[in-house]
Amino acid sequence: MRLASAISLLLLVTLIAPARGQEIFSGIWTSLRQEDSVERGQGPELGDYLGLPINDAARLFAESWDSSRLTLQEHQCRVHIVPYIYFGPLNLRIWEERDPLTQQLTAFGNYINTYEQTRAIWMDGRPHPLAHAAHTFMGFSTGEWEGDVLTVKTTHIKQGWLRRNGLPESDLATLVEHFIRHGNYFTHVTILTDPVYLTEPLVKTQDFEVATRDPGNWLWPCEYVEEIAGRPKGEVPHFLPGENPFLKEFPQRYGIPEEAARGGAETMYPEYQKKLKTMRAPGVAK
Amino acid sequence: MRWDRHSACRVFSLALLFGAVAYAQADPTEVEVLPVQGNVYMLASDGSNVTVQVGRSGVLLVDTPAPHMTDKVLAAIRKLSDQPIRYLIDTSVDADHAGGNEGIARTGELPSDIPLVNTPGATAKESVQILAHLNVLNRMSVPPKGQVQVPSAAWPTDTFSGNEKELYFNGEGIQMMHIPAAHTDGDTLVYFRRSDVISAGDLFDTTGYPVIDLERGGSLQGVIAGLNRILDLAIPAHHEEGGTYVIPGHGRLCDEFDVLEYRDMVTIVRDRIQAMIRKGMTLDQEKAARPTLDYDPRYGATSGRWTTAMFVEAAYKSLKK
Repeated sequence: MRLASAISLLLLVTLIAPARGQEIFSGIWTSLRQEDSVERGQGPELGDYLGLPINDAARLFAESWDSSRLTLQEHQCRVHIVPYIYFGPLNLRIWEERDPLTQQLTAFGNYINTYEQTRAIWMDGRPHPLAHAAHTFMGFSTGEWEGDVLTVKTTHIKQGWLRRNGLPESDLATLVEHFIRHGNYFTHVTILTDPVYLTEPLVKTQDFEVATRDPGNWLWPCEYVEEIAGRPKGEVPHFLPGENPFLKEFPQRYGIPEEAARGGAETMYPEYQKKLKTMRAPGVAK
Repeated sequence: MRWDRHSACRVFSLALLFGAVAYAQADPTEVEVLPVQGNVYMLASDGSNVTVQVGRSGVLLVDTPAPHMTDKVLAAIRKLSDQPIRYLIDTSVDADHAGGNEGIARTGELPSDIPLVNTPGATAKESVQILAHLNVLNRMSVPPKGQVQVPSAAWPTDTFSGNEKELYFNGEGIQMMHIPAAHTDGDTLVYFRRSDVISAGDLFDTTGYPVIDLERGGSLQGVIAGLNRILDLAIPAHHEEGGTYVIPGHGRLCDEFDVLEYRDMVTIVRDRIQAMIRKGMTLDQEKAARPTLDYDPRYGATSGRWTTAMFVEAAYKSLKK
């Protein structure tokens, strides 16, 4: 009798309790704007490459960068590439695409209001495109569950920037992301590998909070205009090597040794603090 | 940071730790077929690209594969269309773009000549028409001393000497635009107007720095002019993406933004080399100053058909002229 009761109870529990499935990410999310506030706002200072595993090529690219390049018509509507766009002041909508017959998950859709970008994260096991296929700002993404963590791998990303002060990211870069939900928040881990401009993978995290009200601002129209009248055709604004006058402002403003401000993998690690103490820092500019 | 074996091992280890994703490498012995848009396909084989337009009137090719890849490319084309190849447009005289002319031309030959009904006694051969700028024919038919002459079956059958030639085929207008003194002196951009695809030939190469063939009339300024012409023609669909697609001579399929970044790179390098020339620096001093350092990990090479040193030297000599 006891055994029968136990079996009945077990069956009851099995029938009533919901099957444990994967985390649900569908909904509207907002970035926590106090995180990476510089990136989400005015952008980083020129010459600030601290804590980034960049190589000499990336450094020269950034030192040659003149933000006037963004006044060229073809640059005006350029989109933040996928490793960077989530660090903007964005609203994010995530939804599921399911096969209408089997209800199997086909893809997660992401709509990012910055530049009106729609991104698909394919969950149906399809392969990545051929080597010679076109690249896009959002790249091509496939996802899989690792426990409750959604892990996403992205290839075929366009050239873009690591930071908005000219630090480049090449079109050979690839991205691994982990989406980890904690109640009303999720943590977004990005691991960027760039064989052209990084000497080590760049790992970053940020958090999103579920929105309880529609935040609006879903549109980001862009239409290019002639910003600089009379500019010679084909001119590309840039600084010649050694002639960028703005690179010393950042170390001087914060009293950071110039060598440290130039970044590199070494500057990512705690041990670098010991080396910092041996360096000469410029006086803080008033 | 100095890049040494330990650094490479560390990156590799970290990549494994974090589960980095890698690109699948293209197999150089196979043909990659990419539908572009409209009637146009891109066939990538052994480093070079062939543009294919198909329709009820037949098949049109822009450039040929290398001779050893001709059979595989033809087999790939047969999967796209069973119609005969009618036209072949050479974007330049280079062997990696026009080297398969003869093999492609012979696919259109009929076993016997065709009598011309309005000229009794006269006959004509049915073959693939090869179109190119006049300078391509000049350079093929009169090779430099010491070089073997290209068989006449590979020569262009129809040329143009002005800036443009037009063709209407498979229901769309096709513009052939000559870019003077660029990669060579016989470069042609091919624009498929309805499909909205540009075949750029070696004016645009996503695998390396542009080849400036000074001996065949090329120049750095001409390459930049060609890239700017592509930017003028291309219209993105949304936020600088999609819209007009551009097939480079080598490398992956692109759109306007990709050409833009490449144009910026070539222009910036031009400006640096020009500034060094103004300072009176010699070629050796320019090479030592590494004016391409920020682009070398992406486009540079220390061996192969077109090295960084060869590019800097050609750019320097071109600007010194």
